[in-house]
Amino acid sequence: MLPRDLSSHVGAPSLRPMLDPALEGDLLWAPLVIVILKVLVVFVVGLVATMLMVWFERKVVAGMQNRIGPNKAGPYGLLQTLADGIKLFFKEDLLPRRSDRFVFALAPFLSFVPAFLSFAIIPLGGDYRDGNDGIVTWFGIETRVQLADPHVGVLFALAISSIAVYGIMLAGWSSGSKYPLLGSVRASAQMVSYEAALGLSLASVLLIAGTMSTSGIVGAQATLTDWNVVATGVVPFIIFLIAATAELNRPPFDLVEAEQELVGGFNTEYSSIRFALFYLAEFMNTVTMSALIVTLFFGGPQPISFNGFTLDIPFVPNALEGTVWLLLKVLVFLYTYVWFRATLPRLRYDQLMNFGWKVLIPASLAWFLLLAAQRLARDEGWNVFVTTAIAVVVLAGCYMLMQAAFAVSNKTRESQGAQF
Amino acid sequence: MQLVVFVLASAMMLVGAVGVITRRNPVHAALSLVLTLFGVAVHFVALEAYFLAAVQIIVYAGAIVVLFLFVIMLLGVDKAEDLKTEPLVAQRWLAGVAALGLLGLLVVAVARGADILTTRSEGLDTAAPNAGGDANIQQLARSVFGDYVVAFELTSVLLVVAVVGTVMLTRKRAAGEA
Repeated sequence: MLPRDLSSHVGAPSLRPMLDPALEGDLLWAPLVIVILKVLVVFVVGLVATMLMVWFERKVVAGMQNRIGPNKAGPYGLLQTLADGIKLFFKEDLLPRRSDRFVFALAPFLSFVPAFLSFAIIPLGGDYRDGNDGIVTWFGIETRVQLADPHVGVLFALAISSIAVYGIMLAGWSSGSKYPLLGSVRASAQMVSYEAALGLSLASVLLIAGTMSTSGIVGAQATLTDWNVVATGVVPFIIFLIAATAELNRPPFDLVEAEQELVGGFNTEYSSIRFALFYLAEFMNTVTMSALIVTLFFGGPQPISFNGFTLDIPFVPNALEGTVWLLLKVLVFLYTYVWFRATLPRLRYDQLMNFGWKVLIPASLAWFLLLAAQRLARDEGWNVFVTTAIAVVVLAGCYMLMQAAFAVSNKTRESQGAQF
Repeated sequence: MQLVVFVLASAMMLVGAVGVITRRNPVHAALSLVLTLFGVAVHFVALEAYFLAAVQIIVYAGAIVVLFLFVIMLLGVDKAEDLKTEPLVAQRWLAGVAALGLLGLLVVAVARGADILTTRSEGLDTAAPNAGGDANIQQLARSVFGDYVVAFELTSVLLVVAVVGTVMLTRKRAAGEA
């Protein structure tokens, strides 16, 4: 049976006001202005962050490869992305003769728009300390420092990332050329496969946090031990990080645009501003995904706080400090992604599929079941250690069964003359 | 406001639905289907069923239609189909008759049940307005994993059987093997 009271968990998250308080009740002018301001800020911040991310990646990769990197446009080459963007605007926009005109024009937007949408649900700041719940007061209106806080917040991010595949897939298909098509077929298989692992590791976070709203998840991670990376036991975080890299089609999972095999991948036939949109979406997605990882596993705008001691940035008001913390944490992950790119070799296609289906999905499912068993034991008053031990034994049995199945299948394939 | 959303979402759904059956190119038809699914999701949001809306997008638009497109691309059937040849004789007539019959059934059902549509019947409890945002999801979880758990598990068994069956059918066995 279900635990009778689902809200009896940490801090009773379902009792807190879920929606942005500014949006409850009648629609007035002040909330409307605040929302419009937020949209503008999120859009501009998103674009600028993407621009800086491109520069950051080029500079860091250059450093790791003992090169200088962009250094001509602006101080430290900071304006290089802008220069490239302007150049791309003025280039000739080519339309392949065998392409599907409408879909070819639509595809860049299908990958650009989702990249921006998922930025809307990330808490970008606010004071979550001392039960403040991230609510700030602007012009006498209580609100949150995030564009939207839907009840299903995290599912929204998942939905957006599942739509993002359309842009890449349709771009490759509509080009009417074989290498882009190969790239997009790879992309769709890869993204659909890793989506499952992404969702399952996310489920562990939802189980611990007891809510789906992003602000609720951040609010439940007050101290270092409450951070979901610790509370869920690291494994979901690692799986999420890997699956997110695959969802982003970033190295070492960038089979979609494997230059050596596919010319340029799904965007081979694109040029000018349409190519720029794909490029922008890719880096925008990296920023958003890093912010999502920080929100889910590292407390988002929460400061580092351990055992009653809080690391406070002096002279900065608490509400602004959240933004600073978020920025610092996101930077760590952006650097990690660049690091991956500079150091890891690309996976082969069969390795990619094997890893996704035979390692990540079973591992995330097993970990989720383990956490669920512990949660149930706590709610029903069973002995947590005994329950965990039983769960581990059962899962080990499942693992053996799976290995046996793999062995049989490999043997069958070998007997049929498969080479691998 | 509600009326505007309803009209727009319904228009989306209808345009998509018409597109699915009129577009010659299978990829365009699949994209029209996505439009319809998004229209349904908008309706769900307007009815404050946020969870259903999100799941609608994730499962239908994000997974199922992607698989449709995947198969279309993989098999290379993304050319306009020749609609002149008929594999089954008289199937169009039969389809027309069946469609008319279905339409008649729907019209009669809606007409007879008109009063139920306007007055609320005794169904599931609706989420209390101030019970917090997760009340909707908790109710869904209770009915799926509590009240109707057997039906739910049976459905999953059915899906597993279908998957295993597909794998068995598609794998070619070497001669002499059982």
